[in-house]
Amino acid sequence: MAKFEISPKLQISRRKFLTSASLGLSGIMLSGCDAFDSQLGVGDGLRSFLESANGLTWRAQRLLAGRDALAPEFTEADIRQPQRPNGVTAPDDDFYKGLLANDFADWRLEVSGLVEKPLSLSRDQLMNMPSRTQITRHDCVEGWSCIAKWTGTPLSLVLDQAVVKPQARYVIFHCLDTIDRSLAGDIKYYGSIDLIDARHPQTILAYGLNGKPLPVENGAPLRVRVERQLGYKMPKYLTKIELVDSFANVGGGRGGYWEDNGYDWYGGI
Amino acid sequence: MESLARNQAAEADTAAPSDATLIYRQSRWTRLTHWLWAIALFFMLLSGLQIFNARPQLYIGKESGFGYNNTIFAIGAENTVTGPRGYTEIFGKRFDTTGVLGWSGPAGQETSRAFPSWATIPSYYDLGTARVVHFFFAWVLTTTLLVWLVASLINGHLRRDLAPRLDDFRRLPRDIVDHARFRFHHTREYNTLQKMAYGGVLFVLLPLMIITGLAMSPSMNSVLPFLNDLLGGRQTARTIHFTVMLLLVAFFVIHILMILAAGPINELRSIITGWYRTDPPANGDKAPERSA
Repeated sequence: MAKFEISPKLQISRRKFLTSASLGLSGIMLSGCDAFDSQLGVGDGLRSFLESANGLTWRAQRLLAGRDALAPEFTEADIRQPQRPNGVTAPDDDFYKGLLANDFADWRLEVSGLVEKPLSLSRDQLMNMPSRTQITRHDCVEGWSCIAKWTGTPLSLVLDQAVVKPQARYVIFHCLDTIDRSLAGDIKYYGSIDLIDARHPQTILAYGLNGKPLPVENGAPLRVRVERQLGYKMPKYLTKIELVDSFANVGGGRGGYWEDNGYDWYGGI
Repeated sequence: MESLARNQAAEADTAAPSDATLIYRQSRWTRLTHWLWAIALFFMLLSGLQIFNARPQLYIGKESGFGYNNTIFAIGAENTVTGPRGYTEIFGKRFDTTGVLGWSGPAGQETSRAFPSWATIPSYYDLGTARVVHFFFAWVLTTTLLVWLVASLINGHLRRDLAPRLDDFRRLPRDIVDHARFRFHHTREYNTLQKMAYGGVLFVLLPLMIITGLAMSPSMNSVLPFLNDLLGGRQTARTIHFTVMLLLVAFFVIHILMILAAGPINELRSIITGWYRTDPPANGDKAPERSA
């Protein structure tokens, strides 16, 4: 009963009303979207407000995961393909190409900043330290995943050797590859993690991939593995580790190249 | 609990209608959470499509197959003799979707992008910003769901309006026929299909969306390592996340169609003010509140 209780006359006006209302609404929505676009740049008020949720995610996930919860590890049978390279896969920098030509014999990893004993380590020195091998899944921020076996020196051992000063809060990774060019010159890739992730048992400075030396496209001679975060948090072509108490003097001040271009500093989600 | 009930009674009293067919149907909690979901889901959908555009492929398994094929869905663009075309590939079957999926944009300025500009936030390609928007509203959506669950347990909405009864199963066939004929009964109670649709969204689709979302987080994988094992791997979780999105969009379309068909003014009034006009009791019927 009462299927269409209103008169046909009213129905037409209702249809008219709905048509104009939906046209009006979609117009508001479309222009609203454009207005929304313009509020979303890095540093804009609305964007900063929305970004505060990422701080919440970071704290919530830290609370749940604690310091040492391990990322899932897989078996040899799960390695079904080469590790997919992404970002810069063949640095065009002369300095890097010179190091590569000499099989990185002249390459050193500098450890500096807020440490008692700054270090300069060769690849052999790093490889003579205790190592960790782990089969883990690499998750790119774009959405894809790839499982591979990584071998490297736990970052915590390197930090212990350098003796981190108590005021240090973050580890900055400086890289050899040019990711971007600006008016001020070439921008080499850089990124950072906090000391909790830096001392996580699975955070390694990897020099081996799937049982072989780390290939150039995956970051030779040394790259970071931070297994509880996304790929952009794991810089390749590492040259220097710097301990700092803030990001103020690092790039644009947000803690990394991609962070300065709008990505969240916390990449655990 | 009592104070909630008192509140509702007071709320109902202040706007008490003289007309007996006008009833107070939706509590303030139902109305508030309904609109918060509407806003959150709108932003999550459009930012989610932008995030998908960064990797417009879906896979089955723990990882994405590059050296082998486990892709079940892909949107892309290709060059043909007649120029670039957009395509959508589902289980290996390819469809030309130029203009909407794969290749779209204003005439002469088309670009290669999976979902078109009008369906994404931001409208231009920006993965970082889409993630900021998506995760902000993920908190809004999840918090709202929890608030709704607690409020609905306390104010009886769950027990009274959503819990399936034996009667619902008995009425299901007639309910389907009635909906198919656009024959709507305006009563205090939800009909069987409404209970199924609302219950399905609130207790199946939204929780599944949250669970598969968390399963994609590498940090959450260290907290709940069994999650991806249950779901069939991170990439399967991502595929489920996308599929549930399609189901939620389908729910939205049907929801709007049903509201338009059942009387949009009355339906909108009930979800804004709480007041709903029921059908007048026919001869021999019980009170409108009790009619089926």
